[in-house]
Amino acid sequence: MDLTLDYYLPVIWAVIIASAVGLYVILDGFDLGIGILFPFARKEEDRDLMMNSVAPFWDGNETWLILGGGGLWVAFPLAYSIVMPALYLPVIVMLLALIFRGVSFEFRWVAKPKHRHWDIAFAAGSTVAAFCQGLILGGLIQGIEVQDRQYVGGSWDFLTPFSVLCGVGLVAGYALLGATWLRGRVEGPVADRAAHLAKRAMLAVLAFIAAVSIWTPLAFEPIADRWFSTPNIYFLWPVPVLTALLGLGLWVGLHRPAGYSPFFFSIGLFLLSYLGLAISTFPLLVPPSVTIWEAAAVPASQIFSLIGVTFMLPIVLGYTVFVYWTFRGKVRPGEGYH
Amino acid sequence: MDMDAVMLARIQFAFTVSFHIIFPSLTIGLAAWIATLLVMWRRTGREHYYNLARFWTRIFAVSFAMGVVSGIVLSYQFGTNWSRFSDVVGNVVAPLIGYEVLTAFFLEATFLGIMLFGWNRLPPWLHVTAAICVAVGTTLSAFWILSANSWMQFPAGHVVRDGIAYPDDWLKIIFSPTFHWRFLHMLTAAYLTTCFVVIAVGARYLIAGKHREHALTMLRMGLGMAMVLAPLQAFFGDSSGQSVRVHQPAKLAAIEGHWDGDEPGPVPLILFAIPNEKEERNDFQIAVPYLGSIILTHSLDGTFPGLKQFAPEDRPPVWGPFFGFRVMVGIGVLMILVAWWGGYLWRRGRLGEVTLFTRVAALMWPTGFIAVLAGWLVTENGRQPWVATGILRTADAASPVSYTAVLTTLILFVVVYSVVFSFGIYYINRLINRGPVDAPPVGATGLPSRPITGMGRRPGSEIAEVEV
Repeated sequence: MDLTLDYYLPVIWAVIIASAVGLYVILDGFDLGIGILFPFARKEEDRDLMMNSVAPFWDGNETWLILGGGGLWVAFPLAYSIVMPALYLPVIVMLLALIFRGVSFEFRWVAKPKHRHWDIAFAAGSTVAAFCQGLILGGLIQGIEVQDRQYVGGSWDFLTPFSVLCGVGLVAGYALLGATWLRGRVEGPVADRAAHLAKRAMLAVLAFIAAVSIWTPLAFEPIADRWFSTPNIYFLWPVPVLTALLGLGLWVGLHRPAGYSPFFFSIGLFLLSYLGLAISTFPLLVPPSVTIWEAAAVPASQIFSLIGVTFMLPIVLGYTVFVYWTFRGKVRPGEGYH
Repeated sequence: MDMDAVMLARIQFAFTVSFHIIFPSLTIGLAAWIATLLVMWRRTGREHYYNLARFWTRIFAVSFAMGVVSGIVLSYQFGTNWSRFSDVVGNVVAPLIGYEVLTAFFLEATFLGIMLFGWNRLPPWLHVTAAICVAVGTTLSAFWILSANSWMQFPAGHVVRDGIAYPDDWLKIIFSPTFHWRFLHMLTAAYLTTCFVVIAVGARYLIAGKHREHALTMLRMGLGMAMVLAPLQAFFGDSSGQSVRVHQPAKLAAIEGHWDGDEPGPVPLILFAIPNEKEERNDFQIAVPYLGSIILTHSLDGTFPGLKQFAPEDRPPVWGPFFGFRVMVGIGVLMILVAWWGGYLWRRGRLGEVTLFTRVAALMWPTGFIAVLAGWLVTENGRQPWVATGILRTADAASPVSYTAVLTTLILFVVVYSVVFSFGIYYINRLINRGPVDAPPVGATGLPSRPITGMGRRPGSEIAEVEV
């Protein structure tokens, strides 16, 4: 392929969308994690505190999901039109779960003192959304059947032991992000409890990473070729080693007084797993057959949107940082606008 | 996907989009109203405006949350239910949605956090700025959505090769011929919807004999705005109608219940009729001679095409556009009358009295929502059978998804939306019953010792909640 716009633009867009999805997973990951951990909270005040630790951010966090999905449509309309029908049920169930999660942030406070069902909606919505996102990820990795620019499989093809494993893994991963976030953001018994929960979540996550790392090369031959052929293996061996080191750092951090270091180690774990995923699949956008170049929009559309991204993304990142900075420091009991 | 599954997908989209549009109709206006109140508070220093702003912010937050979650659903439905649409016009429409996310969604969503939680954390001017950013975000969002939708109504600036639309001139795509009036019409509709919600809440307090000062401010500000906007909306509506006549004649014929267009003018205006699509005529009608020509062509004997001049497979359904249009216009006229009636009483210094006007005003809150829904029925149903006029028919736009899958998710949507949004409306009503309360002092160092929600449990407030 020539090294022209037709070549580079899809690569640039793949990076943009991968970044948006990555940011989504980390940012919405920790606030979904708070919901996943909700049933483990012991007292009403603890749940108030947990929710307030993410309340100013969740809406902005969730917007990265729209940029991920919208960006896919913008840059790779063909991939979007294949993937969405193939993963129809998990996508829609995820959206419905996000509805429950999202409205709980407001409803719960207005409903007080009769708000028990919104606690449940928040926890269930977060957990189901996380699980569905794992199903979507697994469904994508295991491949999608395509003929004549269209999905030709059935409604339930996504549901396999592998995709269920990914679903459970992502729930554990978000719980880890949520717990380590809480560890940094609050003080007192809630933070101690968060450290305890984070340890368990971390063990689950490491077990999951190990399982997927063994499963995918065994089940999907191209992935095995990618990792274990020479010379790739010489460049790639640090990935698992770094993963182990990050796990160690996280474990040590959780035994220290409250701080944000475990949160950043957790993010590191996510990023490395994500990198591993990219190594396994690039340049396929819809495994096993559609590459980023085949799925790309016409250059005119990609360039037009790229102008917007170039100007707007730094601004968006700027005010996102501003919001996090505004609400820095520990959340205290009783804080909130309601 | 067979025809029945397409029908189900259409019902699903209509259902979810109708639910969604209710919330932006309110939040676009409320964001501007709250920002105005905060600016007035900064300029006059009166706590009164501050308390009103906080009161409406709580209602805004609940509505906004529902708008966000129902909007995300829509952005994904293009792919899940309308994947052929995503593929065929993706090169043109997707970037417009992309720009909405980049310029509007992030702005609204991020500054919402500051607007809701920044009361005691930020210098007031910065907090006011955040509220303005949210208002700008909601408006920009409407801009891009109307841009994408207007392009689908009457595409321009594109070329079609092998059935796929490609962009040619982005300015023409963004500002397609029907865009300008449609955008102004929708934006004004959102402001008017909010006006009448604010007016109705004020009237409700007057009737209940509580929050008198706040109620009068709501009535005055709401009426002042509505007196200007309601007549202006009639003008925007007429201009939109002219645009439909030029660009979407079949839709106009359906709106007018106009079957035979080949006869010489003048054309009567049909006030009411029962259109009969099978026999291509109206079974019953009440019409005013000449008025159709005057309103639609701005001349005494102008004519425009009738439905029979379009091939049956190119005709939109008649009932939706026909009745939707009459509901919308009827409410528009009602709004003008009520706004000016209130203005008359205001001038005579009788606005604070509980008169017939106050009782009528208290009932006006749903009118904007109904008019918006009716308007969308006119515009979207009238666009059929095309999803992107001249490029892609609705029947060819759907995903290769099974009938069962669409039916299952449709039922899920209906159940979830009914539960979630009933609660939402119940809670908004509850917040309105609580009413504006004196907030803790502004800029006080330190934070309130307990959630401000606690005020709902102040002595005496339980009584207010019982009398829903």
